[in-house]
Amino acid sequence: MTTHLIRNARILGGDPQDVLIADGVVREVGTGLGGADTETDATGLVLLPGLVDLHTHLREPGREDAETVLTGTRAAARGGYTAVHAMANTFPVADTAGVVEQVWRLGRASGYCDVQPVGAVTVGLEGKQLAELGAMHDSAAGVRVFSDDGKCVDDAVIMRRALEYVKAFDGVVAQHAQEPRLTEGAQMNEGAVSGELGLGGWPAVAEEAIIARDVLLAAHVGSRLHVCHVSTAGSVEIIRWAKAKGWDVTAEVTPHHLLLTDELVRSYDPVYKVNPPLRTAADVAALREALADGTIDAVATDHAPHPAEDKDCEWAVAAMGMVGLETALSVVQHTMVDTGLLDWAGVADRMSFRPARIGRLAGHGRPVSPGEPANLVLVDPAYRGTVTPESFATRSRNTPYRGLELPGRVRATFLRGVPTVVDGEPVAPEAVAGGAA
Amino acid sequence: MTASQDTGAAPRPPHQVLDESDIARVVTRIAHEVVERAKGAEDVVLLGIHTRGVHLARRLRARLAAITGREIPLGTLDITMYRDDLRMKPARALEHTEIPPGGIDGRLVVLVDDVLFSGRTVRAALDALGDIGRPRAVQLAVLVDRGHRELPIRADYVGKNLPTSLREAVKVQLAETDGRDAVLVGDRDYAALSSQALAAGRDPGSGDAPDAEQPSAPHLPE
Amino acid sequence: MKRHLVSAADLTRDDALLILDTAEEMAQVSSRAVKKLPTLRGRTVVNLFFEDSTRTRTSFEIAEKRLSADVVNFSAKGSSVSKGESLKDTALTLQAMGADAVVIRHGASGAPLRLAQSDWLHGSVINAGDGTHEHPTQALLDAFTMRRHLNPGAGRDLAGRRVTIVGDILHSRVARSNVLLLSTLGAEVTLVAPPTLVPIGVESWPCEVSYDLDAVLAKTDALMMLRVQRERMNAAFFPTEREYSRRYGLDGIRMAALPGHAIVMHPGPMVRGMEITADVADSPRCTVVEQVANGVSVRMAVLYLLLGGATPADGAPAGPTAAADAPAGPTAADAPAAPAAEESTP
Repeated sequence: MTTHLIRNARILGGDPQDVLIADGVVREVGTGLGGADTETDATGLVLLPGLVDLHTHLREPGREDAETVLTGTRAAARGGYTAVHAMANTFPVADTAGVVEQVWRLGRASGYCDVQPVGAVTVGLEGKQLAELGAMHDSAAGVRVFSDDGKCVDDAVIMRRALEYVKAFDGVVAQHAQEPRLTEGAQMNEGAVSGELGLGGWPAVAEEAIIARDVLLAAHVGSRLHVCHVSTAGSVEIIRWAKAKGWDVTAEVTPHHLLLTDELVRSYDPVYKVNPPLRTAADVAALREALADGTIDAVATDHAPHPAEDKDCEWAVAAMGMVGLETALSVVQHTMVDTGLLDWAGVADRMSFRPARIGRLAGHGRPVSPGEPANLVLVDPAYRGTVTPESFATRSRNTPYRGLELPGRVRATFLRGVPTVVDGEPVAPEAVAGGAA
Repeated sequence: MTASQDTGAAPRPPHQVLDESDIARVVTRIAHEVVERAKGAEDVVLLGIHTRGVHLARRLRARLAAITGREIPLGTLDITMYRDDLRMKPARALEHTEIPPGGIDGRLVVLVDDVLFSGRTVRAALDALGDIGRPRAVQLAVLVDRGHRELPIRADYVGKNLPTSLREAVKVQLAETDGRDAVLVGDRDYAALSSQALAAGRDPGSGDAPDAEQPSAPHLPE
Repeated sequence: MKRHLVSAADLTRDDALLILDTAEEMAQVSSRAVKKLPTLRGRTVVNLFFEDSTRTRTSFEIAEKRLSADVVNFSAKGSSVSKGESLKDTALTLQAMGADAVVIRHGASGAPLRLAQSDWLHGSVINAGDGTHEHPTQALLDAFTMRRHLNPGAGRDLAGRRVTIVGDILHSRVARSNVLLLSTLGAEVTLVAPPTLVPIGVESWPCEVSYDLDAVLAKTDALMMLRVQRERMNAAFFPTEREYSRRYGLDGIRMAALPGHAIVMHPGPMVRGMEITADVADSPRCTVVEQVANGVSVRMAVLYLLLGGATPADGAPAGPTAAADAPAGPTAADAPAAPAAEESTP
């Protein structure tokens, strides 16, 4: 295998160093290295471990018009990711070993990034009967994260049993916290704006009540709990309290909840329709603070591609969700790094180390040091550019950031030493297909 | 009398062709003519066309009362909704249309306006009348007839015939809206070139003939 | 005036007074033998109704016809819309057919704004009620009715007049539009409802809120009763119909507590025995029938002011405000970015 040298990269934002890659691993880190077959000048660039997304909707199987594993993983690579967790709400639902293995194999075939399927907690995401969690874990996909994402496991008994059951194989239940009765007909955050707009309110308490119940359940049965896309200041307080108790609770926040507020809904443009909904500026501030102090462990994109017709319509009938893989790092730089809340080491921790640990992904979220897998991303933090959805690698265009100027750009991504993104664009599919696996 | 020569000379400031006493005399004369032609004006209804036609109609009514000893019914007419050039500007605010309590059916309606020009305002007024009722006859009284008709319309009572060129603007000023009574003639683009010269008169825009009375260029198909 | 009428918030005080004054002139037309004006000859107005509303649709239709517009009624029932055609495709179809204005009633809040801000069609959009959002022409006809009774005369507003709106505020587009318009016109608005039917965030509205109808009656110049749908009971907004009407319904005794000059209004259709008793509904102080007549005048005024002059479709310069209602575009996303700037610690 060829050797590759990354010259003058600021590892986790530190002083410039050279990184020599060979055989898919980092061979040497230092200054004045040489003798590689190929070389990348990384002067001014920040080198991070490949990003890990805990929450991606790849839509395949079933909604290939919105995204496929191939297009989704290309988008992930372009956003600096080397591993993504593919959510289970596909058609059919990923609630059997067969479906999770299919997704896992599609990911291996794409070669742009590792795809770790998430298994459904309950059959058909219906919240009634546990899916075969053990079979999904024992499959080739090796599932460890289970979620009914898009729907809440609202039955307290089912939730308790799921939390207990996955302990047998060190699994974790990732809860989409949304009390269903309190959110019937809900269209947006319940507050001053929903009152004016006449849109059904989605109260913060509908999220917070479930999180409060779940942390107590997790503590009671001694299980791990992961809370998906935390969106309110109240949720942050509950998670902070649970962590202070020493309970094994982790949480994620999406980039859009770190930047956008429900004021945007005044346009009734469904590009801002998302679940959980955009909240208030006070919530945004609390989420940033929680991500900075570690109460929230990870940034997860909740990348949710939708075809144009599902957004080019009236608000009430529009689909919920935003694409996010290709803008996540820029939004995090904009909201957390450029504001001084987090340094690049902190970004590596929240976007790579901790999500890999929550998902129990070996080979991802590792330090940039000799012997570690060469899953790496080079970021140009000085870049400023306007978001142009037309240039996205994802199949869908439902981004809320169209036309917004954001900092930072992924210049190159390496999956086990193989470049998946060069000069900011994904390499040709045949260059990576199957090869990185 | 010729008020202007069609030459390419520089725009001239407006000059006065009627003053306060001229206007008062003209209104009195028209009142006498109305009584004469309408045989005592017993079934006459005056309808003033907004804006200055309404003021003239009120003055005419006062003169008629003095002559006949009777109160002649007076109404006001806003013809905006019947204009043929509505689509050339953003929608305009409406003035109040007031039909006298007895209505106009079977009456002799005398429309009153300040300037007769293209005839389009009167055309619009006739259309409006048709929707309001069925008069026995309709007559037209104007303070000034400046020529340049674009429709087969003529006035029954004319205060003053004022031959003009299309380059010229005729301004009627009445005390009720403009602070004084006068009729002025000046070059149409004079105001643009030298607005301060008109300040002695008052607002250059005020007292100008209503828009419908400007020859419409380009002509609309309707 | 903007090119569209989507929200009562689109109207400045001058705009609102212009509409009310114009409506007074239109009212005269409706009392003539020939109830017709040639003003909108050649203009095509589409009544695009995704919800059944015979009253509102008929009122608009009469207004359009009195102004000589060509009227097309496009009802969602029995059309391709019920077969799954999208709002976008419907709009594109109407655009291709040359609609100069679209009067839209839609069950989804915000659908008219979507139409107005899209490039799907170029004509004016008039909101005839969207979901639980707004119904601006209803608010205009209510304000028109109030002005006639409480401060009659062209150019006059409703300064200092006290308006009490009672009922299901949460689900009422009429209430939202009225609060906005009446406050623009200087009225003092009080909302009265059980707390379950008051929206979260009402503190930011330009009005007062009370849970006690009897306490506000003596301080009311116009009392507007809103329809309360019986099905709300099933969602636990109030225990029973009987309890609702006892606490928030208007009967003869409560009406007697109003000042002598006060009027009783209702946007219709009334639920007799629920929010209003029959003797109140039939009393001379109740302006329901008058409101219906005024609705035609006000809608004529809106149609004339939006369509009577030059419009962009004519290729002529539009009103000076035409550019102002262009979609905000990408800059909209700047707003939420503000927290970043505030917290910036360089």
